[in-house]
Order: sequence, then structure tokens, then C-alpha cells
Amino acid sequence: MEQLIVQLSLIATCALFILALMWMSHPSTARRGVRAGEIGMVIAIIGTLVHHEIVDYNLILIAMAIGTVVGVPMAYLMPMTAIPQRTAISHAFGALAVGLIGAAEYYKYAHVAAPGSFVFWALMLEMLLGFLTCTASVIAFAKLQEIMPTRPIIFGGQRVVNALIAAAALGVAITLIFAPTNTALFPLFVGLALLFGILLVIPIGGADMPTVIALLNSYAGLAASAMGFALGNKLLIVAGALDGASGFILAVIMCRAMNRSFANVMFGGFGTLAAGSAGGKDDRPVRSASAEEAAMVLENADSVVIIPGYGMAVAQAQHKVSELYQALTKKKVDVKFAIHPVAGRMPGHMNVLLAEANVPYEQLVELEDINPELPQTDVALIIGANDTVNPSARDDPKSLIAGMPIIEADKAKTVFVIKRSMNAGFAGIDNPIYYNQNTQMLFGDAKAVTADMVKELAGGGGH
Amino acid sequence: MVDGFNPDYLFVFMLAAFLGFQLIKRVSPLLHSPLMSLTNAIAAVVIVGAITITGEEGATPLAKTLGFVAVLAATINLVSGFLITDRMLKMFKRKDG
Repeated sequence: MEQLIVQLSLIATCALFILALMWMSHPSTARRGVRAGEIGMVIAIIGTLVHHEIVDYNLILIAMAIGTVVGVPMAYLMPMTAIPQRTAISHAFGALAVGLIGAAEYYKYAHVAAPGSFVFWALMLEMLLGFLTCTASVIAFAKLQEIMPTRPIIFGGQRVVNALIAAAALGVAITLIFAPTNTALFPLFVGLALLFGILLVIPIGGADMPTVIALLNSYAGLAASAMGFALGNKLLIVAGALDGASGFILAVIMCRAMNRSFANVMFGGFGTLAAGSAGGKDDRPVRSASAEEAAMVLENADSVVIIPGYGMAVAQAQHKVSELYQALTKKKVDVKFAIHPVAGRMPGHMNVLLAEANVPYEQLVELEDINPELPQTDVALIIGANDTVNPSARDDPKSLIAGMPIIEADKAKTVFVIKRSMNAGFAGIDNPIYYNQNTQMLFGDAKAVTADMVKELAGGGGH
Repeated sequence: MVDGFNPDYLFVFMLAAFLGFQLIKRVSPLLHSPLMSLTNAIAAVVIVGAITITGEEGATPLAKTLGFVAVLAATINLVSGFLITDRMLKMFKRKDG
């Protein structure tokens, strides 16, 4: 009877998790999805706690209490601009939990289960994914938080070293599967997996973080699934598979949005080789304008498309950008936002920032939907985006980013670019859009320039 | 039970993975950030494994220590994961809302 109740609780949790993802499809039902997930989680935890196998509750309850005390302020105090970092570090926590449970299970079975039995295969896979995701996520966190340099860290023979470490980790894992009593080897396995995680992420640059975070999300899920195989827990298999599928799809979307392969993102060291091969520098003159002039043009436009990029997040300009949106909307200007899938440091980064600043989500338009509209658009305003609007991706087959889908801002009648200086973007490629006849540069900090435009619109409004 | 491989598990994994692909494909790109924090919170269901390791009969001090840290890490993830997802979703408003 008790066994049946436990099983039923796991099935209910599975159903609720599936509903949670189903309801995430649209903003109007998404919060219901979170409720479903929470209820599912509570059922799973209670179902496990009442299980007769559990005899000691003290440690569990203490750990859960501390975790809650840490987790609640983390959720409420975290500024929205830090969401990519938070996501990276939460992958690290999740993967650490998986790895540690795997380690405890390994010691439990080392002298009990037969060498070569399935449980060791599942546990080794679980720990390999868990521990490497843990350190890889910590490095991703450090890069996003800029504790570490965000540029790729490359050294001679890097790929050979990585391959050797991976081979060694696999070798030790297989040895442990067939000789599980050899517990002295176990710390070596853990060390190699942790080291491999570090080496995997250090050569990856800041702008590739959306793909990396998505991939780590996937690994953390697959590790949880492997744990389900080892423990014979179907709920873990399902939850892990859902998480794994989610991270994988997001990573594929990110790669497609850059016209690159997984291998290229993971092993490319992108942005380091770019400088030499980027072709001749554009020597056409650059036109610049003041915020006041730009505000006048915006005010007289019928349609404006704003294209935000990571620069908007860095300058924390989203609230000023929202004020600009409100001011222009009041003057009957149609304002839309064009969101490139890889804009920012994680999937959906720009959407969250603009939603936080009270921009209605109907105004946030995807790449494929906005491009046909741009030739009829009066003004394209580029705020802190660079490679995602670089026309050479479309026009120059020799460009390093050739074939990457871009937001075709250059097709708008007038283009304004808010930019600090003429430095190249992440890819290190010159951007011809800055030199076009219809482009005017607004040099300065994104927040300050936008604020000036808002002030101008408020003052010159004629009321 | 421990020794053998149960093909049922692979069956469950296969179905869940296909279901996952279909479900995630429908998620609006608007919500990719909250989606990631939600799936991360859901994956914190590994806490059930951590609870078993920590509290089961005959758990060694080592298992209790590892399990304690695992319960702690998973709790942080699930609490902050669900709360921050909801906090993000609350911000997505309609024009007239």
C-alpha cells in the first residue's frame, strides 16, 4: 500500500512537470506552469520523505532549511541583469548535487554490486556529466560575472590536452566499472571530470555564452536522467530527459542563429583568429549625430524599430529605452523591438530585460518576423548590438560570420547606432553598417544617449 | 535489481525525450530565459535521491555528508529556481494589462 502511494506520487509529479512545460508555451499561461512545477516538486519530496526507508530526518530538514534561507533572497534580490550568471551558477549547484549523490551511491555499491553491472555504468555517466557540468558552469559564471576575462583563453596544444584528459577520465571510469572495489582510483576520476569541465569552457568567448549555458542546462538534465537509471527512479529519468531536451533545443536554436555548428562553438576559440582575416578596413567616412537631432527624426517617423544588444544590458539602459518607447508611442509613433536569438548572454536575455522595464511583450518581435518589415521602416535604432546587425554576414561570403541570420537594420530608411566608440564587436569584424549613407552614429553611453533623447522628446513636444 | 539493466527505463527515457522536444519547440522565444530557470528548478527533483542517500537506514557518515551537501544544493536550486521564474514571468505584461 505504502509503495503504491509512493509510486502514485511520482506519477503525479511527472504529469505536473509535463503540464508545467506545456503551459510555458505562452506568457498568459506560463505562471500557471510554475505553480504546477512547484506542486509537483512538493508532492515528490513528501512522497520520498514518508518512504519507510528514511529513518533519519534531522540532516535532511536542516539542509532544506538552510537551502531555503539561501534560495529565497537569491531569487528576490538578484537584479535582472544578473540572470545569465544566476542561471550558470544554478547549473553548477544542480550538477554538484547530482555528482555527490552519484559518489555516495558508488561507495554504497562498490563492495556489493557485481563488477561491470549496469548500475556502475549509469553512475559513472551520471558523475562524469555531473562533475564536468559543475566546474564548466562555475567557469561560465566567472566569465559572465567578469571575475575572469570573457575572451577565449587559448594555449598551444589545447585540443590535444583536452582530448587526453577526456580519454583519461573515460579510462578511469571504465576501470572503476569493472573493478569497483578499487576505491583509491575514485578521487582521480572525480578530479579528471572536474578538470575537463574547466578546460571545456575556458576557450569559449563571452558572446558564445548563450549556447554554452543552454548546453550545460542539457548536460545537467542528462546527468539527472542517468541518476534515474542508476537508482531505478522513473521520475528522475523523465525530469532529466525533459531538462536535457530543453537545453539541447535551446543550444540548437542558438547555433542556428549564428550559422555555426556545436563543434565550432565548443572548440572554435572564435574571435581570436578574426583580426587578421577580416578583410580590408572600411575607409568610408562615418557620420555622427547628436541625441537632439536623433530625437527629432524619431519624433517625425511613423515607424521605429529598436534593435537592442548586449551593450544595452551592460549600460543597464533598458529602463531609459522603455521611457523612449513610451514617449514615442505617446506621439503616435509605432515602435517595435527586434530581438535576435543570440542578443545578450543567454537565450531570451533581451526579452527579460525589456519586460522588466515594462515594455509590453507584443512589441518584442522575432528576427524572421521583423525583417520583412524593415524596408518600410522609417528609423532603425541600434542600441548596443553589433554582429547581429552586420550586413557582411549576408553580403560577404568571405566574412567570418557569413551566413549568420541578421536583423536587416541597414534596409530601414534611416539608421541610428548608439555606440561607445568605433571598436569592433565580439567577432572582431568591421561592421559596414556604420559607414552606410543612411546611418548616423550617436557616440556615447547607451543609457546617457537614450536619456538625452527622452528629455528632448519631453521638452520639444509642444505642450 | 541493482545488477541488471531494465529496458523499461530506456523506454521511459525515449518517450520523455520526444515529449520534451515537442513541448519545448512550442515555447515562445520570448520566454527562453524563464524556461531555462524553470527546467533547472525541475531538474532539482534529484533532491529525492539526495534525501534517500542522507536518511536511509545504514547510511555511512560519508554518505550522510555527501547527501547533506546534495540536499542543500538541490534545495537552493529548486527554491530560487521556481521563485525567480515566477518573478521573471510576472514582468511579461500585455499592452493594456
